[in-house]
Formats: sequence, structure tokens, C-alpha cells
Amino acid sequence: MAEEAGRRQPAAAGVEPVLEAKGLSQGQIVRKRFLGHSGAIAGLVAFGIIFLVAFTSVGYWGIPGWWKYDHEDVSPLLNDGVPTASLWPPAWGEHPFGQDRIGRDLFAMTMRGAQQSITVMLVIGLIAGLIGVVVGALAGYFRGWVEAVLMRLTDMIIIMPVLLLAAVMAQLAGRRDEGSWFASFASSNGVLVLGIFLGLISWVGLARLMRGEFLSLREREFVDAARISGASNARIIFKHILPNAVGVLIVNVTLTMSAAILTETALSYLGVGVQAPDTSLGLLISQNQEAFSTRPWLFWFPGLFIVLICLSINFIGDGLRDAFDPRQKKFNAKKAREAVDSGAETTAVTAFGRAKGE
Amino acid sequence: MVTYIVRRLITAALILLGASFLVYLLTAASGDPLQEFRDSSAPNKQQLMDARSELLQLETPAPLRYFKWLGGAVQCLVPFANSCDLGKNLAGQPITDALWHALIQTLTLVTGATVLAILIGITLGIITALRQYSTLDYGVTFMAFLFFSLPIFWVAVLLKEYGAIGFNNFLRNPEIPLPAALGIGAVLGVLTAVAAAGEMRRRLLTGAAVFAFATAVLLYFSATEWFKTPGLGPVVIAVAGVGIAFAVTLLSAGLKNRKALQSALIAVGVGLVLYFVLQPLLNEATFLMIVLLAAASVLVGTGIGYLMGGYDRGQSMRAAALTSFLVGFLILLDRYMQAWPTYFNNSRVRGRPIATIGANTPNIEGDFWILSLDSFTHLILPTMALVLISLAGYTRFTRASMLEIMNMDYIRTARAKGLSERTVVMRHAFRNALIPIATIVAFDIGGLIGGAVITEAVFSVRGMGFLFLDGLEHVDPNPVMGVFLCVAITAMLFNLVADLAYSALDPRVRVKA
Repeated sequence: MAEEAGRRQPAAAGVEPVLEAKGLSQGQIVRKRFLGHSGAIAGLVAFGIIFLVAFTSVGYWGIPGWWKYDHEDVSPLLNDGVPTASLWPPAWGEHPFGQDRIGRDLFAMTMRGAQQSITVMLVIGLIAGLIGVVVGALAGYFRGWVEAVLMRLTDMIIIMPVLLLAAVMAQLAGRRDEGSWFASFASSNGVLVLGIFLGLISWVGLARLMRGEFLSLREREFVDAARISGASNARIIFKHILPNAVGVLIVNVTLTMSAAILTETALSYLGVGVQAPDTSLGLLISQNQEAFSTRPWLFWFPGLFIVLICLSINFIGDGLRDAFDPRQKKFNAKKAREAVDSGAETTAVTAFGRAKGE
Repeated sequence: MVTYIVRRLITAALILLGASFLVYLLTAASGDPLQEFRDSSAPNKQQLMDARSELLQLETPAPLRYFKWLGGAVQCLVPFANSCDLGKNLAGQPITDALWHALIQTLTLVTGATVLAILIGITLGIITALRQYSTLDYGVTFMAFLFFSLPIFWVAVLLKEYGAIGFNNFLRNPEIPLPAALGIGAVLGVLTAVAAAGEMRRRLLTGAAVFAFATAVLLYFSATEWFKTPGLGPVVIAVAGVGIAFAVTLLSAGLKNRKALQSALIAVGVGLVLYFVLQPLLNEATFLMIVLLAAASVLVGTGIGYLMGGYDRGQSMRAAALTSFLVGFLILLDRYMQAWPTYFNNSRVRGRPIATIGANTPNIEGDFWILSLDSFTHLILPTMALVLISLAGYTRFTRASMLEIMNMDYIRTARAKGLSERTVVMRHAFRNALIPIATIVAFDIGGLIGGAVITEAVFSVRGMGFLFLDGLEHVDPNPVMGVFLCVAITAMLFNLVADLAYSALDPRVRVKA
């Protein structure tokens, strides 16, 4: 009976014991749970669409895109730059998001800004994840003076003001005339440098969490067993402990990334992030907030994209947390099924009907 | 315990030393302090540059300058010596003075917002946890994610446009047309129907009642131009007070506790009498007087509860004290509303009360009520923005914490022995759910003064963030260091407080000595 239920019912947070009884691996269980989380799937789809459109429309790194304008192209103002896109009748038009005061296409600029934000977010996620894992793992696994040194370093970085580091970075990247390799790299890849800098300071929260995970996991029996079998420290860390801590890691990297987008846009807004002539969502808002009464679309669209990207990442993170969190099993199975299936009360009936009808 | 605290403090001091050194070097390296003169075409360019170099001691290398600065900063540790020297900013003002002003500005900005966010967030979190997977839960969860994803500078611009400019335009001619009143009433009604508990019929009835009431009130406001001359009056205070008395008793003692209910109602009656008695006194109000009156209202309430007695005196006292405090708040609100027309027509305000920037109207004159109304109208937009942004975290966290507690065995035990749901939720679950929240709150208070840089920048409040950004812009390390010191010290101090509070609240957690 239990197996039947496991096979027939759609994946749900409430029925994990059944899934485990079928002998699924942890990865399969997590995947099933994640795919059953409608919010997370919606977030994933939304993010995927934004990602694809942003990177294909205006091109990336010299590769041309399908959109006819570039974020720096100036074209004559059409109808004073009012957006030409409309929902009904569905139309796209010449400048779907409108134009700014000097006639640049806002769609191209917004897409370029979205590219920048996504790039920064991914770079931060990667760097912060890597450093966070290494520092947290070393501190949690070796304890002793390694832990003391690394954790004091973490404490030190955690109180450093992000704004200051960003300002230093902006200043360094701005010195184009000096011709150092860093300046030339930074002036051509401003957003990458920004991402790297922010990544170098946003690993601290992750490191603390990973240390906590490692501290508790290293006392477990399977670690003792591995050690007695003669496994090296590196093997224990990477093969035995890390896979067990990967849930916490992924979830918190996602949350770090969603916070990173807001940090990047805020820094660009304050003028120490992405610098003109390149553009970013935060910079667009800061340049156009004065024009809110005359050209509100210049303000709405970039903001909308920040919210959309951040919201979808947050939903993905929430789905991952639910999928990885073993405490989810405590939930009432019926309620969890209602929740996971559709997100509305009425659909409990449909879920039941589907399970029966198969 | 003492060993633990001492060790933490020593470590914190060392961390602070290292971090401050880094921050100093970074600030010094963050730009060219003479940039503004290099670009200028003033004839006395060279003199200006020399003066600035002299002022910032640019001849001395940055690491040495740091130790000079440290020499002054260390004197702050000497108690009562009054020899604290954090340097001067470019205008020649001592940083200690500038910090003091900035701190007051920042605290007035963030305190109200944080308290509101914590109160609303925790309430919402508990309600959503108790009604998990209801429409309300999904709605609040979605809103929490949405607010979590909002960039504050974007929200701020929207608030300025609609909350200030739009609302001021509306106040010029406060008429609500019938369709708008119906629309607002309908939205409120639907929201209530969604949020209300119980079966469909009851929810619809509640929603319809709220719809009718809200529409009627709006039309009444529109007809009597209430927005120009707002006020509550004794009748509204009495009705609202009775409502408060019932609600407070329901939450704190349960309606079955007749003595508690009676105490709360008596408190409302006393409040109404005091409403008339206090009016002349309130005309001469000062800030201190309001604080004393608030304390007195709590004392009076406690006294009423004590005199009513009953088998559980504590419950009556609590219910009456809370009720009288809230009724006192209503009386205060009414007095503010009485002052509103004067403020509205003030020559400096000129009928556009909600401000978009700054912390007060320049050169405004008036009594206590006018001045504090002026601060409120300046605070309202940044407060709304900050509450929106930080609400989400508290809601989600409280919900998770409460859900975990509600699954505990001792909750089942409490239910099994026949306690009322109110007792289970308020006494057994809520108090335990507050333990992790208390640590989060302590963390947040620690990050409070440094956390509003962007909000301050958008709303042009000259607080800590302004000081920091200004110092950074002019590559002047002194203000940057001052702000950094304040922010870092409070953050580390409250981290310690959070850890200690956790172990004090939850006896299962022991700090390692």
C-alpha cells in the first residue's frame, strides 16, 4: 500500500517516508521534493526566461544579439519615447520599453543591466561559495588554532563596511590612465571585478554556517569509520562530510545570491558599483528617478527586473530549503500535499482525484 | 560566565583593532583627496591643495596616520576624562560632535521603523504559523518574498511619488468620490474575508460588514472634510477603547476571566474621564510630560487591576495596564489630530505636510505638538520604506520558529491536559518561539545604526550613513573611522548580548566558559 501511494501520488513534502521506503537516493528525494514545490518551479522558469532573454537579446562579450539596438545606440525619439509594447492587442513595437531622454532604447539598456546583475550574482555566488566552504570546512574540521585564526578573520571581515570596499574598488577601476594590468582589466570588465570584490567579502556568513555543519558532522560515526579505514583528512572532508553539508550550502548560496543582487544595485545606485558608460539596473534607476513624473517607464522597467530576478531567486532558494530540510517530514502529510501540489486549498481535491484516477 | 564575557570582549577589542587598521588604509586608498582641486581652475589652486594636504596630513604615510589617530581614539576609553579625540572633519568640526548629531538623526529614523517592523512581523508570523497553508498564509508568504526582493531606493522613490506628492495633492481637496470609496471598501472587505478565520459563510459576512463600514466611514470623511480637520472625539475613543479592552483581555486572560475584563473596562472609563481632565494640561505638553503620562497610565491600569483583584490578580493587572496604555495612546493621537489644522496651515508647511526629504522643516516654529507633527510627517516615508523591507525577515523567521514549536511534544501535552487553545498558544508556544527571535532582534539592533545608509541617502537624512558617505567622497578617513567604530562596537556588543540572552532564555543552552 505504501509503495503504491509512493508511486501514484505526485511528489510531496508530506510523503517522504514513503519515497524513502522505495529506496530512492538522497539526490532523487531532494529532486522530487524540489520539483513538487510550485513556487520554486515558477521561480526557476521565470529566472530561466529572464536569463535567456537578457543574454541573447543584446549580445554578450562581443557576440551580437537578436535585438536591433544596443544599450549605447542613440536613435531618434519616437512619440517622445513612450513604450510601444502593449498587452492588448499584444504588440511589441519599435521600442517596447520606451526610450530615454536622448533616445537610447530602454529595452536594450534594461537587458544589459539584467546581464550585469545576473553576472555579478553568479560571480558572487561562486566565489563566496568556494571561500565559504573552504574556510568553514577547515575551521570546523581541524578545530584548534586553525579555527581560531580563520574565525577571527571572519569576524574581522564581517564588520567591514561593504560600501567602503566597493568605493575602493571603484576608485581602483577608475584609474585607467595608470595602465596597470588591474586597471585595464577592471575598466573593460567592471562588473566582473565588482562581483569578485563583493564575493571576497560576502563569504563570511557561509563560512560560519559551514563551520557549524562541519562541527556537528565530524563527530558522527561514519566519519570515525572512515578515519579508522585509513581515509585521509582531505578525503573525509570532501567525500564524507561535504556531501552531507551540501544542502545547507546550496540553500545559503542561493540566499547570498539574492542578497547580492540587491547589494549590487544599491551600490550602483550610490555611484560606487557599475560605472557609466556601462549600465546596470541600479544605475538606470538612479539616473532616471528625477524623471519619474515625465518618463515613469524609465524608472518602472529596471526596478521591475530587479524585483523579478530577486524574487525568482528567493523562491528557488525557498524551494531548495524545503527540499533539503529533513524537518519537513514532521508536517502533516495531507496539508503538505495541499501545499506542494498547487498552493491553493481547493486543489487538494484535484490532487486526490489525480491519484485515484491513474 | 564572567570568564566567557571577558574573553569575548578581549577578542572583540583585538578584532576591532585589526579591522580599524584595514578600514583606515582602505579609506586612505579609496581615492585622491585632492581630486576636486586638481580639476578646478581657481587661481589659488596650489594654496588650496596645500591647505588640504596640511589638514589631512597627507605627507605622513597612511599607516603612521592611523597610529596617530589611534592615539587620540584610545583616550575615549578613559572614563570621565573627556579627552576623546577622533580627529576633525574637513569643516573643522570634531568628529565626536558630528557623530553625536548623526547618531541622534539615525536613531530617530530607525527606532520607530524597527519597533514597528518587529511588532508587525512577529504578529504576522504567528498568525500565519497558526493557520498554516491557508490563503492568508500564502498571501503573507508571497508578500514577504516580494518585500524581501524590493530594492529600498526603488521603494523610496515610489513612496515619494505616491505617498508624499500624491497624498499632498489629495489633501488640498480631500474628497473621495463614491467609486473610489466603494473600491477601497471592497478591497478591505476582501482582505478581511481572506484573513478571517472560520467557515465560508462567516468569512463572507465579516468581509461584507467591513466593506459596508469602511465605505460609510470614507464617505463620511469625505463629506465632513475630516482629512482637513481630523479628530477622534470622546465617542470614538470610548467605542475603540471598549474594543481594545475586549481584545486585550481575550489575548492576555481570556474572556472567561470576568475580573480581568471588568478591570480593562474600568480602565477605559477612567481614560475617558481623564480625556477631559487632561486637555488643558496637554496644551502645555513637553516630551518628558508625555513619557511621564505614559508611565502613569500603565501605573493607573496596574492599580485598577490590583484593586479588582480576583483569584488571579496578575492577569487583571496586566489586562488593565495594557488597556489603559493603549487608551492613553488614543488620547495622544486625538490631541495630535487637534493640532493638525494649525500645522497644515503653517506658513512653512503651506498645505503640503508629507515631506520627501530631510528630518524637519527648516525654521519651523510652534509648540510641542507642531514640532513633533513635523518630525512625524518627515519620518513617515522612510519609516514605511524601512518597515516594508525588514518586515519580511521577521515574518518568515517567526513563522518558522512558531511552526517548529507547535510540533513539540510539550504542546501536545498542554493540549492533552485540556488547556484552552489561547493558553497553549500564548503561554506555551509563543513564549518559547520568542527565544530564537530575541537573538535575531538583538543582532538587528546591533546593525541598526549602520544599516540605513541607503535610506538616509535617498531621504537626505544627515545621519551616520551621510557622515560615512560624505567622508568617503572627500577621502577623509576621520568621519569614516568614527562611523565605523560606532557601528562595529554596537554590532559586536549586541552579538554578545544575543548569545547571552539565548543562554539566559533557554536553560538548555550554556555558554562555554
